[in-house]
Amino acid sequence: MKILVCISKTPDTTAKIAFADNNTKFAAEGVQWIINPYDEWYALVRAIELKEANPEVVLHLINVGNADNEPIIRKALALGGDEAIRINSEIADSFNVASQIAAVAKEGNYDLVFTGKETIDYNGSSIGGMIAELLDLPFISHAVKFDLEGSNATVTREIDGGEEVDKAILPLVVSCQKGMAEQRIPNMKGIMGARTKPLKVMEPISADVLTSIASFDLPPVKAGVKLVSADNPEELVRLLHDEAKAF
Amino acid sequence: MVLVFIDQSEGQIKKASFEAASYASKIAAQLGTTAEAVLLGVTSENLSNLGNYGVKKVHTIANETLTNFDAQLYTKAIAQVVEATNADVIVFSNNTTGKAVAPRLSARLKAGLVTGAIALPDTSNGFTVKKTVFSAKAFANININTPKKIISLNPNSFNISSTTDTAEVVPFNTSVDASKIAVSAINKVTGEVSLSEAEIVVSGGRGLKGPENWGLVTELATLLGAATACSRPVADIHWRPHHEHVGQTGLAIAPNLYIAIGISGAIQHLAGVNRSKIIVVINKDPEAPFFKAADYGIVGDAFEVMPKIIEAVKKIKATA
Ligand SMILES: Cc1cc2nc3c(=O)[nH]c(=O)nc-3n(C[C@H](O)[C@H](O)[C@H](O)COP(=O)(O)OP(=O)(O)OC[C@H]3O[C@@H](n4cnc5c(N)ncnc54)[C@H](O)[C@@H]3O)c2cc1C
Repeated sequence: MKILVCISKTPDTTAKIAFADNNTKFAAEGVQWIINPYDEWYALVRAIELKEANPEVVLHLINVGNADNEPIIRKALALGGDEAIRINSEIADSFNVASQIAAVAKEGNYDLVFTGKETIDYNGSSIGGMIAELLDLPFISHAVKFDLEGSNATVTREIDGGEEVDKAILPLVVSCQKGMAEQRIPNMKGIMGARTKPLKVMEPISADVLTSIASFDLPPVKAGVKLVSADNPEELVRLLHDEAKAF
Repeated sequence: MVLVFIDQSEGQIKKASFEAASYASKIAAQLGTTAEAVLLGVTSENLSNLGNYGVKKVHTIANETLTNFDAQLYTKAIAQVVEATNADVIVFSNNTTGKAVAPRLSARLKAGLVTGAIALPDTSNGFTVKKTVFSAKAFANININTPKKIISLNPNSFNISSTTDTAEVVPFNTSVDASKIAVSAINKVTGEVSLSEAEIVVSGGRGLKGPENWGLVTELATLLGAATACSRPVADIHWRPHHEHVGQTGLAIAPNLYIAIGISGAIQHLAGVNRSKIIVVINKDPEAPFFKAADYGIVGDAFEVMPKIIEAVKKIKATA
C-alpha cells in the first residue's frame, strides 16, 4: 500500500501581497514560506494517520520546485512520511506540475495520491484533477472524510450545499480539505528524524506548458467605512436598503 | 463555438450555471461565434429555457449513470461533445463540480485552463483571463496559449442576463462506462441558501460568545434570504458546522452583501470575503481591523444592536 502526498510551498497567510518587475512577479523578498495549509493540515496528516493505523503503508511526499523548497519539505517530513521526492523544476504552470507528479505516481505505482483542495497562492484547484486524468484514475475532490478498509475507500466530499458519501476502490486520487484531519505540530523526535529521511531529487520530464502569467493587479482600495451610531441601528438598515440597495 | 457546462444536482440546474451560460454567450459574441451548452444526467427541467441565457443549442446525455457525479465519466462525456461540436472555448462554473472536472478536461484535451475567472477574457491580443489569486488579495491575468481554452467562472462574479429566447435541445448519443464511484448518500442542508451562491451572507465570529446566541445570525439571515457563515475559530470549536467557515482556509465568497457580527477581521478571514460588494461590520471594538475593509459599520455590542437591526428589517420586509 503506497501513498503519495503532494506538498506545495506557499507564502505565509499574513504575507504582504505585492508584485515586482512591472507587476509580473510576486514580490517574494522577506516573505515567510509555509507548507500549503490544505496539503499539511489535511492531506499529509490524514495520510500519516493511515500509516499509523497500518504500518505496511509506505508514505512518500512529493514537491515540484527548486532547492529553496527543501526546508518546507523537511518540515513536512518532520510531521511524518518515509521519504520525499523533489522534482527539480521551476514552476511553469499547473499542467506542467501535474505532469511531473503524474509521471512519478505512475512509475511508483501508488495506490493513493492526496493533494490539498487548492494552494492558497494561485488558488488553482487543478493539480489533483489533472493528475487523476493523466493517470486515468477516479478523482474525488474536496474530501472532508476518508476511511480505508483494505482497498475499499469511503470518502465524504463537500458538494454545493451539503455532503456526499462515495465508495471507491483504490487506486484513487483525492483532494483534501478541512475535516479530513486535525492540524498537528511536529515534535522534537519528528524534527530530528526528518533530517536523516531520504529526500530524493529527480530531474523533470519534458511536459507541456499551457498557460502563462501576463500580470498581476491589486484590488482597488475601499473608500472608507460609513459608521452609524450604536444608538440608531435602524439607520444602518435604512442605508443598506435605500442607499446601497443591498436588499 | 463556446460550450458551457450546465451543472445539475439531483436533476436540478444550479444557479451558478446560469451565470456561466450568460458568461459563455458574452464570450461567444466577443469572438463572433455562438454558445452551446452540455448537460449530463437526467433532469426534468425545461432545457430549452437555457436559451434565455443566450445559448443556442443544448446537448444532453440523459444517461442515468451520469445523474450521479463522477469526474472521470463527466470528463470523457464532455470531451466527446467538445470533439463533435468543435468547441474552442469551454466554460464551467468554479463550484465543486467545475473544480473536479475542468482540470481533468484540461489535461485530457491539453487545453489551457484558468480557474476562478472573474471577468470576460481580453481577446485584443491573445486570450487573457483575469482570476483571483492569493485568496482574493490580488488578481492575476493569465494567458491561455493553446488552441482550445477552458475557463471556470467564480460564482457571483458575472451578472445573469436573460431574454425570452429558447434553445434547441439535442440528445447526444454516446455510450457511458460504468462509474468507479458509488454514491452511497447525499446529505443536503435543506432549507438553507447555498453559501457559495448566496447574494447575502450573515456571518458570526467569536464575539457572539457561544452557539446559543446564533439566533441573532440565523434570524437575520432568514429574513434576508441569506446564507450563514462563520469565522474559523467558530467552526473549530464546533459552534457552527465546518462548511460555514469562510476565509483563506475556508470558503472564499463574493456575495452582494456580507454582514460580519463579532468578527475581528483578521487578514485570513478578510481573504475569503473581501470580494463581497458591500461589507457591513458590527463589532464593539472600534480598533477591529474589519472596519478598514468595511463599507458600513456600527461600533457597538452585538447583543444590543442585532435585535434592533432584526426589528428594522422586519418592518421594511412587512411594507415591501
Ligand atoms: C494559517 C491560518 C489560516 C487561517 N484561516 C482563517 C480563515 O480561513 N478564516 C478565518 O475566519 N480565520 C482564519 N484564521 C484565524 C484568524 O487569524 C483569526 O484568528 C480569526 O479569524 C478570528 O476569528 P474571530 O474574528 O471570530 O474571533 P476574534 O479574533 O476573537 O474576534 C472576536 C471579535 O468579536 C468582537 N466582539 C466581542 N464581543 C462582542 C460583542 N458583544 N459585540 C460585538 N463584537 C464583539 C471583538 O471585538 C473581536 O473583534 C487563520 C489563521 C491562520 C494562522
